[in-house]
Amino acid sequence: MADPFLSIQHVRKSFGATTVVEDFSLDVEPGEFVSFLGPSGCGKTTVLRMVAGFEEPSAGKIVVAGKDITRLKPNQRNVGMVFQAYALFPNLTVAQNIAFGLKVAGMPKADADRRVAEMLDIIKLPQMGDRYPYQLSGGQQQRIALARAIAPKPKLLLLDEPLSALDAKVRVSLREEIRSIQKKLGITTIFVTHDQEEALSISDRIAVMYGGKAEQVGTPFEIYNRPATKFVANFVGTLNVLEGTVTDAASGMVRVNSQEVALKGKLNGSKSGDTLSLALRPEAISLGRQPGRDSSLAGEISEVHFLGSVIRVRVGIGGSTVSLDTFNSPATPPPAVGEKAEISFASSDMLVLH
Amino acid sequence: MKQGSRFWAWLVFGVGTTYFILPLLATFEFSLRKRRGEYSFDAYRSVFEDPNFQTTFTYSVVVAIFTILLGVLLVVPTAYWIRLRLPNLRPVVEFITLLPLVIPAIVIVFGYIRMFGSNSTLPFLATARGTDVLLVIGYAVLALPYMYRAVDTGLRTIDVRTLTEAAQILGAGWTTIIARIILPNVLIAVLSGAFLSFAIVIGEFTMASLLNRPAFGPYLQNIGANSAYEPSALAIISFAITWGCMSLIQILSRFAPKSANRPN
Repeated sequence: MADPFLSIQHVRKSFGATTVVEDFSLDVEPGEFVSFLGPSGCGKTTVLRMVAGFEEPSAGKIVVAGKDITRLKPNQRNVGMVFQAYALFPNLTVAQNIAFGLKVAGMPKADADRRVAEMLDIIKLPQMGDRYPYQLSGGQQQRIALARAIAPKPKLLLLDEPLSALDAKVRVSLREEIRSIQKKLGITTIFVTHDQEEALSISDRIAVMYGGKAEQVGTPFEIYNRPATKFVANFVGTLNVLEGTVTDAASGMVRVNSQEVALKGKLNGSKSGDTLSLALRPEAISLGRQPGRDSSLAGEISEVHFLGSVIRVRVGIGGSTVSLDTFNSPATPPPAVGEKAEISFASSDMLVLH
Repeated sequence: MKQGSRFWAWLVFGVGTTYFILPLLATFEFSLRKRRGEYSFDAYRSVFEDPNFQTTFTYSVVVAIFTILLGVLLVVPTAYWIRLRLPNLRPVVEFITLLPLVIPAIVIVFGYIRMFGSNSTLPFLATARGTDVLLVIGYAVLALPYMYRAVDTGLRTIDVRTLTEAAQILGAGWTTIIARIILPNVLIAVLSGAFLSFAIVIGEFTMASLLNRPAFGPYLQNIGANSAYEPSALAIISFAITWGCMSLIQILSRFAPKSANRPN
């Protein structure tokens, strides 16, 4: 296997007595788009800032393209960065902002002008070169910030929650644009976000962080479908958690609210009488018995929310409530609150949280 | 009710305006009375034709320019660094910059005379040029509260840390960051501080007099002691200079780089 392009090795960061990043390691392949996903205060931005050089690790090292950059100053790293707050220079025009890094690097003016025009084309704002940042919308400003970051052809692109300050519609279009530009240029990218949908939709891999550590690193599919820890399962996507008691560990039988469910091969190491947290994604549950879904639980419909194309139904099962989504069908009226209902699911979709 | 409150508002405004304008009008009127029985600008002519006026005014303008340069070089990097890296030290620095308002200029200048006399290790006062340098330093200290506050307020309007980091990650060093990013964005604040410094230096008397330099302040005092109408003319000229400075701040602020967050 080829050497990773970016290698973060056992990095730790403490501010006084508080440790915000603990033994964080990650290898990123060339051209890969990796997201750091986690709640506020999980250390994701601190790791990014250490890669940028704004924070010095208390321990560990950071290697880019085989070179140890741990102690290099930010202006010696050849790294591009886009900030949450845009950070465009208010006294410079759009073109001057994009040309800033090129000028600092000593690029001849004609070449810099060509590169600026090329960047403006890439971000689809070719006519905006003479405008000032205050004359642009948030989305446009962030596009300019992206162009400014990639204009000097950095080895690595760091995106620190670049979409957080934008409205929902712009966020979606801009994240797709960022991904498409990143793919086109093949630039290795680290993207920090607390928005799981954002991370799932554009990343090659996601590092889910919590308490200064990487809880799980994997593809969006792995992270969503095979969460390694209870935190990952809860943080990524919507999850129905049911408490169950192992009744027969050998055959994988678990009792959930007085009803038996078979979870063959999923109880690794659990003994009869153990209490387990069992989780199911809403999309893994159907209302009524459905082919291919080998397990079922009986309950009563407690809430029905009509969301247009989808109807979200909550079913009370003993003391727990399970959420599930069904598609709206104009021919079938939505279920009524208080109706008895049976939910079915494939036991293979049931996650046992440790 | 509404009309009543408006009446009182106008009354207060009128009293305030009269309080400020009336003495000025009286001074102006008096300055025009040099010629018996009619108004004239004789006092002004006499002032402008006085070679001492030209010498002392030019001297003070030159000293003011050097004071502003020293103030900017001292205050901009300091205020920037405090905001960026040492925010905990801000109250300390603010206190230090306020000291010139609390310590009388006469105390400062006596301290200078004792510290930098011809027998000291730094004999600024041994030569006229050295004394000029000391005067500039003294004026920079006197202007410090105004310059620091103006620059600090300017820095407050921009996201210093993010702009610095954005420039750093694009390869810029400290000189480039301060010269191309920070200074242009706080230029109006710096100019405000500069014009306030200018106004202070032009009228300052104590330091210039005790250091025995041919500045405009001691000249004003000398004229005031020996003539009748010229001091009034000089007072009006001084007001005009100060107002000119203030107007320049207003005019230049229109050309300030507009922040993305505060477009208006």
